[in-house]
Amino acid sequence: MLAKRIIPCLDVKEGRVVKGINFVNLKDAGDPVEQAIIYDSQSADELVFLDITASYEKRSIMIDVVSACAQNIFMPLTVGGGIRTIQDIRNLLKAGADKVSINSAAVRNPDFLNEAVKVFGSQCIVVAIDAKKIGNDFYVFIDGGRVNTNKKVIDWLIEVQERGAGEILLTSMDKDGTKEGYDLELTKLVCENSTIPVIASGGAGKMEHIKQVFEIGADAALAASIFHFGEVSIQETKKYLLQNNINVRI
Amino acid sequence: MIAVIDYDAGNVASVTKAIEKVGYKACLTKDPKIIKASSGVVLPGVGAFGDCIDKLRKYDLIDTILESIESKKPFLGICVGFQLLFEEGFEFGIHKGFGIFKGSCVKFIPSKTYKVPHMGWNTVYYTRQCNLFDGIKNNSYFYFVHSYYTDSDDSCVAKTDYSCTFTSASQKDNVFGVQFHPEKSQTLGLRIYKNFCNMCEEKC
Repeated sequence: MLAKRIIPCLDVKEGRVVKGINFVNLKDAGDPVEQAIIYDSQSADELVFLDITASYEKRSIMIDVVSACAQNIFMPLTVGGGIRTIQDIRNLLKAGADKVSINSAAVRNPDFLNEAVKVFGSQCIVVAIDAKKIGNDFYVFIDGGRVNTNKKVIDWLIEVQERGAGEILLTSMDKDGTKEGYDLELTKLVCENSTIPVIASGGAGKMEHIKQVFEIGADAALAASIFHFGEVSIQETKKYLLQNNINVRI
Repeated sequence: MIAVIDYDAGNVASVTKAIEKVGYKACLTKDPKIIKASSGVVLPGVGAFGDCIDKLRKYDLIDTILESIESKKPFLGICVGFQLLFEEGFEFGIHKGFGIFKGSCVKFIPSKTYKVPHMGWNTVYYTRQCNLFDGIKNNSYFYFVHSYYTDSDDSCVAKTDYSCTFTSASQKDNVFGVQFHPEKSQTLGLRIYKNFCNMCEEKC
């Protein structure tokens, strides 16, 4: 049986982790490779690096990070943030990333998705959707949540599936950073309208939140701070989920 | 030295890194001479069936691969590299494979319960003994990413369930294939590479 996935996410800026893991055995809390190794040893199911480097020129640093990671960890690695061109994707995959997550560039130029899928295959093209509720509907935002595209989430979801995306990384802007739990209404809506896997993101503050989001149909749960600050480990979370009849890999 | 066939098939860096991690030399190459001189061959694969075959043809690697298989040295196909070892694939048209294993590759039918691609960690259960899985418990988890599958019983050594039952590993003499990605399957995946490389060593 396919297991539900738990995916820790590291925000990386100019090659350094911004929100670091709060573990005593870490030599350098800012080193993404060292943190990736810890998550690997905790049986994380995948790992996401979100590159939040502002300057386009300094983005090549991420390539070195990915490359160093690939030497040490043997689990799926997704890299997102600022990916604009086929060459950007090629560089990351060549360095050792398995998937890339595309957000703003896909909205600005949807044909970019078709091209990326044609060159690299659906399996490595993740579309990141940042969603916010306005009135009764959820809308897609880009540029780190600053720009409302006026596209409804469901319309965009259907379009990216038709264009060949292999997975959705769905972030609730309303819940992100609140630790109040995932946006269950948004996640349920997307899961029910998706034929490709959905990673829920934004709002995880305790193990129960991860249980809730799996119960309403998410295929994977992304979490940052809940694991970074050592409040709970991935193993503890998985044990708790198994006790609650959710199939995870221990 | 294990030759990892380089034909622009996605993230092959992790395949060579995994082989090195378990203590063997790996060479990412499209040079027939190096492939011929190797003690074992790995055919990775990411992307579409037809596209992969076209690239192998473009780099003139078809005969080299067939010769490697005939030479009886251990050969391992991974993911699409595994699918290519069957008779045909139906991804974007009908394409002929190497025909080592009987059967063809067809697409999963997507549904709300069974999303496609089949992506993530799923269990692998044995249908017959295979040295590739030495030291690995039955029903262990491995990492899968694929939209096409084969349910051929010919040479099947392990199966996995996802909306249907499909073949997750096959073996015929010196030719092995796995649908999952051992290089993405943490410790147990590395064990697969170790088992494969050990067999290659014995053949040296």
